[in-house]
Amino acid sequence: MHPAFSVIFLTTLIGAGQGFFLALYTGQLDSVFKLLPEQDPVHFYALGSLITLVLLVAGLVASFFHLGRPERAWRSAARWRTSWLSREVIALPALMGSVAAWGLIHYLGWNPVLFSFSTGAEIDLSLLVGGVATLLCFALFLCTGMIYACIKMLQEWATPLTVVNYTLFGGASGFMLATAFAAWQGSGLVNFFGIWSIILTVLVFLTRGASLFRNARLKHKSTLETAIGIRHAGIQQKGQGAMAGSFNTRHFFHGASPRKYKSVKWVFLLLVFPLPLLLVSAGLSAGSLGLLVAAFLVQYIGLLMERWFFFAQANHPQNLYYQTV
Amino acid sequence: MTQLALVIDLNVCVGCHACVTSCKEWNTSGTAGWLADENPYSKDPTGTFFNRVQTFEVGQFPNTETVHFPKSCLHCEDPPCVPVCPTGASYKRESDGIVLVDSEKCIGCSYCSWACPYGARELDEHQKIMKKCTLCVDRIYDESLPEQERKPACVMACPTEARLFGNVNDPDSEVAIAIRESGGYQLMPEWGTKPANHYLPRRKASITIHEDELVRADNPLKKERKLPMPDVEDPTLDEISSW
Repeated sequence: MHPAFSVIFLTTLIGAGQGFFLALYTGQLDSVFKLLPEQDPVHFYALGSLITLVLLVAGLVASFFHLGRPERAWRSAARWRTSWLSREVIALPALMGSVAAWGLIHYLGWNPVLFSFSTGAEIDLSLLVGGVATLLCFALFLCTGMIYACIKMLQEWATPLTVVNYTLFGGASGFMLATAFAAWQGSGLVNFFGIWSIILTVLVFLTRGASLFRNARLKHKSTLETAIGIRHAGIQQKGQGAMAGSFNTRHFFHGASPRKYKSVKWVFLLLVFPLPLLLVSAGLSAGSLGLLVAAFLVQYIGLLMERWFFFAQANHPQNLYYQTV
Repeated sequence: MTQLALVIDLNVCVGCHACVTSCKEWNTSGTAGWLADENPYSKDPTGTFFNRVQTFEVGQFPNTETVHFPKSCLHCEDPPCVPVCPTGASYKRESDGIVLVDSEKCIGCSYCSWACPYGARELDEHQKIMKKCTLCVDRIYDESLPEQERKPACVMACPTEARLFGNVNDPDSEVAIAIRESGGYQLMPEWGTKPANHYLPRRKASITIHEDELVRADNPLKKERKLPMPDVEDPTLDEISSW
């Protein structure tokens, strides 16, 4: 598949936004049960929700560049019964709304206690709204992953690992950002977020490694024989019905040289996994904000390349019909 | 249920591209808007087509065979492009099984083209919406046309009658008989899309003749002069047998 930058930015930005929100909400939830220190509602949660919203909106804006007719984008919520893309179109604004509400509750301090446990832990309104947003975060990860995983013709994507990877990549980069954010705010959650960002990065290294391993051994179901229905081992295409390119050659081939293709893979493996792990560990032990910010940025750039490779690696069966001009 | 479709006879197709030009000519003036053509007379010409004739060479020289292979939307009975469409612009008609794109609803996200294993859908460069074969839905029901012309433009154009059009679910239709009696098959059956369009394979007009059939070993030997001619006075086979 030809990697579209609109979709690369959409998936990486909203992934980081979702992960960042999940980090903040985990912090809040743990502080209710006195596992972690409480944070300032305005400077930590309200500002955090603003950053989440900036990431989600930036992703949404990027997604519009993928559409031929962006002015009709509102129509895309219609087929949520069958289309994962449609479900994503619903889940994303719903998440934005609930994150905005969560931030606003913290900002205005309009946070009545709904009920309390006998241990003294109090469940307030922001915790409830944040809980809804958390569910929507996971729903959005599921939708984003399933958009790719549900296309069974793209065998490189048609695996539950796709959904797992999208979720864990978003979580890892979101927690990286949360670590830097907590360090900037001088919050006591730096180590908590930092350790979870390391755990998530290691986890996604395992699951993405598993999908790379799987894809390297993939046997494609379609061949030229099934494509044109002629049983013969030696079929060659001599003409594709067009003298130059067509939509089919532009949209479904990555067009990069084998060298570029291979180097993107190794560079993303370097930028997403070992480098941020080193930077975040160094940043945590040195208490350096610069290193923690660098860890997030390096991993984000790596994720852009990871997403490029994710698209480029997918081999569409229609390519069998477009081997030579 | 009616399922209109094309049956394409690869045994007859000569790869003349008449179906391609006829399709383009008819559909570029269709209700969904014209079919884009970029740089038609300069470097890197590209454009939107509903139908393309591709050419494949089967075998190693000198034992090769050139197969011309017209490819358009196969109007699958279980079309994977329809459920993925977020707007409902991509749909399959209940009445005749034609898969269409509503040009007013399509947002040009190209997601349907990902789901189609055949590459039958093309995004129009100018209108930025998805385009595909309509089986000339604006022709086949047009009562202002004489009845014999109510067929897709490609079928009308084919000089070798390699393209048949009809309801594949009606066992007595021309297309159903062709599929049944000439070994019609579907493309990429592995995806379970159940394409309505079928292809008829290359067929060789050959029979197997054994040596004993060449000399007519049973009767009459004398015709081959393997035995001396019988005397004219001798009784013939007809005279001595009871048939």
